[in-house]
Amino acid sequence: MTALQAGSVVLRAEGISKVYGSTLALHGVDFTLYRGKVNALAGENGAGKSTLMGILAGAIQPTAGRIVIDGEAVELDSPRTAGDRGIRLIHQELLLFPNLSVSENIFAGCELRSAAGVRLREQERRSAVLLEQLGQRINPRTVVGDLPVGLQQVVAICKALAQEVRVLIMDEPTSALSAREVESLFSVVRGLVASNVAVVYISHRLEEIIEIGDFVTVLRDGRLVAEAAVPDIDAHWIIERMIGHDPETLFPHESRPVGAALLEVSDVSLLRPGGNHRLDRVRFSVAAGEIVGLYGLMGAGRTELLETLVGLQPRASGQVVVDGAHVEHKSVGERISRGLFLVPEDRQRGGLVQSLSVKQNISLASLDSLQTFGSLLGRREVSNANRVATAVGVKVADIDFPVTSLSGGNQQKVVVAKALLTDPKVLLMDDPMRGIDVGAKTELYRIMQRLAKQGMAILFTSSDLTEVLGMADRIMVIASGRITGEFSRAEADAQAIVAAANPRAIPQAA
Amino acid sequence: MSAQSDLLLRGVRRARAAIAADLIGQLKTPRGWLTLVLRLRAFVALITIVVAFSVISSDYFTGSNLLVMTEHVAVVAPMAIGETFVILSAGIDLSVGSTAGLVGMLTGGLLNNGLILHPLGIVVWFNVPLVILIGLGIGATVGAINGAVITKLGVAPFIATLGMLSVARGLADLRSNGNTFPDLAGTSQDHNTGFGFLGDGTILGISFEIWVLVLVIVVAAYVAKRTVFGRRVYAVGGNERAAELAGIRVHRIKIGVYVISGICAAITGLLITSELGAAFPDTATSYELNAIAAVVLGGTSLFGGRGRIGGTVIGAFVISFLNDGLVLVGVSSFWQLIAQGLVIVTAVAVDEAQRRRESRVAASVASLIEEVAQSNEKVLTA
Repeated sequence: MTALQAGSVVLRAEGISKVYGSTLALHGVDFTLYRGKVNALAGENGAGKSTLMGILAGAIQPTAGRIVIDGEAVELDSPRTAGDRGIRLIHQELLLFPNLSVSENIFAGCELRSAAGVRLREQERRSAVLLEQLGQRINPRTVVGDLPVGLQQVVAICKALAQEVRVLIMDEPTSALSAREVESLFSVVRGLVASNVAVVYISHRLEEIIEIGDFVTVLRDGRLVAEAAVPDIDAHWIIERMIGHDPETLFPHESRPVGAALLEVSDVSLLRPGGNHRLDRVRFSVAAGEIVGLYGLMGAGRTELLETLVGLQPRASGQVVVDGAHVEHKSVGERISRGLFLVPEDRQRGGLVQSLSVKQNISLASLDSLQTFGSLLGRREVSNANRVATAVGVKVADIDFPVTSLSGGNQQKVVVAKALLTDPKVLLMDDPMRGIDVGAKTELYRIMQRLAKQGMAILFTSSDLTEVLGMADRIMVIASGRITGEFSRAEADAQAIVAAANPRAIPQAA
Repeated sequence: MSAQSDLLLRGVRRARAAIAADLIGQLKTPRGWLTLVLRLRAFVALITIVVAFSVISSDYFTGSNLLVMTEHVAVVAPMAIGETFVILSAGIDLSVGSTAGLVGMLTGGLLNNGLILHPLGIVVWFNVPLVILIGLGIGATVGAINGAVITKLGVAPFIATLGMLSVARGLADLRSNGNTFPDLAGTSQDHNTGFGFLGDGTILGISFEIWVLVLVIVVAAYVAKRTVFGRRVYAVGGNERAAELAGIRVHRIKIGVYVISGICAAITGLLITSELGAAFPDTATSYELNAIAAVVLGGTSLFGGRGRIGGTVIGAFVISFLNDGLVLVGVSSFWQLIAQGLVIVTAVAVDEAQRRRESRVAASVASLIEEVAQSNEKVLTA
């Protein structure tokens, strides 16, 4: 504990709880921030990191607990009050205006004004100074949308630094950065720490926490489970506390017999409107009984690939064969009846119709088999929906309840139940574990294994190494729209996968 | 295994009992009663209106006046019911009033002048059932054009139907150069008499308009609740992307709802024209506002995906009974406009408040169920 007491505390969150409807996002969490240190925060998706940071940044109001800054209890009721206290959050998605210039972004919301309006020149001058301090040569007049993601990250940091900063929160700043960009980001962070800013650093990449962090706090299921000074611990220590148990028990893998190829994809390409490839001659196959993991960073083309396979990208080219039948010119509905179904990336955006009940969501893709002359067969709908809901273990007293009353994991099971009712041969799952709790993950993985055992071919995507390594029989890596690596479960190695996923390491196609 | 399922079943029963107790507990408190009143607000509004006007005027709550007022409802309600499908799909149809006017003028013209085929120099006369079918067909065509412009050209529903509002009204004016078709009685040698029955006829002592209303309500409620098409309308309105991913042909559903809306507007247009015994080019002007108001009052969300046909029917009663009552007690038509506007805005504000309350209750119920399920699992694994 001596190391913990050595630094001086700038901010302390005490007993923070947050309740969202039926879920407890945070449960009595204490979190201490030290001046001039990198305070790393680790935890799985859904552990409560983003909620906690939202509370510190004033964007979310805690249900219980208080925040103490310099020994004085404060109420952070809006991002503006938090900003006035020098607390700045850099959101994972950066939240920049891609259509505005660098300097306009940096001063958005705090424009330098004179009687004649906004002082654009002065903003540009000060932006240049800030960028210089971070050792980046970016023209302040460049439109942000034209910059690579790494430099956009720098702009986001400058935006935070344009005003007084005491606490800088960085939510997954490296998730879309190349190795070189990460290095230069780290030098920026070290510079900030040297000037006595307290940095909160959230990352899934544990090796980064070990490299840049001074203190680490681990959250699990909304509770604080451990904190330590980084020199005292290692990555394995963090993983154990993040997951709560051995990764092997999280995804209990068993081997299955593999049958004939059910999904064969060849030469699938998709052009961006500008002419670049979003997908570049993708070729692979998935066999009956196989669970294949598709690993890739943000923007690598995972979602585009799955959307192309189910027919949402009409401009794509190439062949898609499901159980021997070509489907590339078929509609979404025809592909579903051929046995191809997508459980989409975002439940709220594409998986569920929030205004419908659990039953109505489950039957949505199978209405054609539940009707005569256009009239719904009510009893058959109820019995079929009940059957698949039980099969995947949806926890609900009555399937006529609104689907929004379920927890994230249960909602995801409803989407899987909807897929099952269409009797798919190939199940595509885009980031299926996102935003569901640990117990639900294990349960969902069990369901996936059972389906594969029954002869289904399953392709899932993830940007989480633990998931891909734990769940997949075979791992494919996608980067810049191309399959850049393939590993069997036995030969899969975290380092090789990350290397293959790094878009900068790939020579550009001629 | 049976012991396990038995245990689970008991857990579910326990959860249900707890939910029931929870909901009953809510009802026992004043806040709970408020929830109930909010949920039935359109109905409560209707009763309030009837009671209030009955107190003010002894002529309001009489059999004959109620019948007359219900006939007024029967004229405007079909249009509102058609509009419900559009709004359920997260669209809007501003052209229904003009469509009704256009249908009135074109059918009026057919009855008055017949169809004149200039190159052949002959006049074709249609009998009344055919004229009615043609009128409904015109409504369907207008709706199909709306749907096609929205889905194929990607024009926002508000703009596409705003354009149609103008175009259809202009066509109605053009048909007669702005004049009225004064006499729709028809002649026996042209075999086209009897159009007046739509608006004035009775069956079993009840006006034909009310029979039409009942038929439209029954068919519309069945389509919305019990058909694949209806379910898909709710899905498209609730989450278009999820509907698309479920293999639903979103464009077809959207075109379908505008066709329904056009047909329903045509019904209203035919009833008005028949009742008046003449076709005016400005028939049903600004009726789209009443139709949308009835839908919203009935609790259908303008964001799509939530709502009921029955709600719209009650909404149509509220608006019509309110207007008739104000007329009866001699309030100026300017005040009628103000009252109607206030009712609509209040209804939507109440709607939002109720939705927030209900989602809170639903969330607490769901957390209860998961707790019970989890405790069951613990029992099972132990």
